[in-house]
Amino acid sequence: MCLAVPGRVLAVEERDGTRMATVDFGGVVKDVCLEYLPDLKVGEYAIVHVGFALQRLDEESARRTLELFENLGMLEEEFGDPWEQAAQAGSAQGDLAGEVRQ
Amino acid sequence: MKYIDEFQNPELAQRLLDDIKATVTRPWALMEVCGGQTHTIIRHGIDQLLPEGVELIHGPGCPVCVTPLEVIDKALEIASRPDVIFCSFGDMLRVPGTGRDLFQVRGEGGDVRVVYSPLDALRIAEENPDRQVVFFGIGFETTAPPNAMTVYQARKRGIRNFSLLVSHVRVPPAIEAIMRSPDCRVQGFLAAGHVCSVMGTQEYPELAERFKVPIVVTGFEPLDILEGVRRTLRQLERGEHTVDNAYPRAVRAEGNPAARAMLDDVFEVTDRSWRGIGVIPDSGWRLSSRYRDYDAEYRFDVGDITTREPAACRSGEVLQGLLKPHECEAFGTTCTPRTPLGATMVSSEGACAAYYLYRRLDLPTRPAAATADRATATAPAPAPDLEGSPVV
Ligand code: SF4
Repeated sequence: MCLAVPGRVLAVEERDGTRMATVDFGGVVKDVCLEYLPDLKVGEYAIVHVGFALQRLDEESARRTLELFENLGMLEEEFGDPWEQAAQAGSAQGDLAGEVRQ
Repeated sequence: MKYIDEFQNPELAQRLLDDIKATVTRPWALMEVCGGQTHTIIRHGIDQLLPEGVELIHGPGCPVCVTPLEVIDKALEIASRPDVIFCSFGDMLRVPGTGRDLFQVRGEGGDVRVVYSPLDALRIAEENPDRQVVFFGIGFETTAPPNAMTVYQARKRGIRNFSLLVSHVRVPPAIEAIMRSPDCRVQGFLAAGHVCSVMGTQEYPELAERFKVPIVVTGFEPLDILEGVRRTLRQLERGEHTVDNAYPRAVRAEGNPAARAMLDDVFEVTDRSWRGIGVIPDSGWRLSSRYRDYDAEYRFDVGDITTREPAACRSGEVLQGLLKPHECEAFGTTCTPRTPLGATMVSSEGACAAYYLYRRLDLPTRPAAATADRATATAPAPAPDLEGSPVV
């Protein structure tokens, strides 16, 4: 219940004096109240919880975080075991624990 | 989907894990506050990937689980009235009150409806002017703003047959209560990211300083959890204790000012009883006096219900991080999601349900000394009842 999930704004409109949006959650589309994020625009992502957009998701910040993760352990990449790296790079996406434990 | 898939990438997870392994020199115990994080951790087996000695203690951040029994009983009483349409999030239906739950009330003829959003309940009130519509307003700082907005709109639009049964809770007083507990083993906190999306981070520096404990705002995807763990461990290894934000894509220092202003208008801080734990001062919200007309407790006069918890359920210890779910004697035997003894087995975010769902039925238990000195906690794990498990 407490889970909030990111969704992408498809359309924005005023309804009964309330700012509302239709939001796409990876294929599931729902009505979402924008009263707490009135300047959210079509195409932007937000954290949505029980029908309310609570915070804008910042793409730039997401990109920087992922970049930081990618750069972690760059030194090992330079000097590490190339066979192990090749094995890791080849692993397909799926159950995270199963993948990482190998 | 964007912002989900990227933060589940196994290769990047390995990098984070390698960095964590390189950082850690001794055992540490961290608490993830939020039940949603507990779920991610158990589902992906993150606790088992961490270096030996790094323990994740599951916190009290499952709103369904901590809603006190007397509030559930009030909900059951209100929902039983013939003039009432009682609306709730779905995961409250099977939470056991004294002797029954909302699901049974519906079976006995009560008009109990599941809604996705509190605004749906308000719409039902508009469509049924001759009925009383009550929404069960539980949850942390993430859920409180939607409920606050709904009450605000009810008043603004003159919808008089709507009211809220309120049992909101706040995270910072719970962190304080955990740190003050004599059994506390927690050395660092992963703070609940979406609570901070609303509230920002300014409530935490004082706690970090007073209890000398690092508090790292953490998201919900596997990489978010690993990054929260990594940053907390780095602080611990360096002897630091500051507030850090490992979830900047969804958390700004000031939170959501519009939502916070609405909370201040509609609610006021109050002492709140947490199921299985007891009263924590200033740990909740109730409707402020301006909105008393919309308070279901006043409207239906159910103020004085008193209750007693069944003795078998040890969810209080689970919620305080003193006991892991599989260490409870009832876990997987007399207590399953089909026949829950406690709320932590009902809610999808409850620690007992997460352990059951992802088949943590045969984990070794910790030594008795570490589990609040209840010798029974080390009894051999009960025979697993896998039949009822949805993931077999
Ligand atoms: S397993 Fe069941 S009885 Fe034991 S603590 Fe969890 S909810 Fe309570």
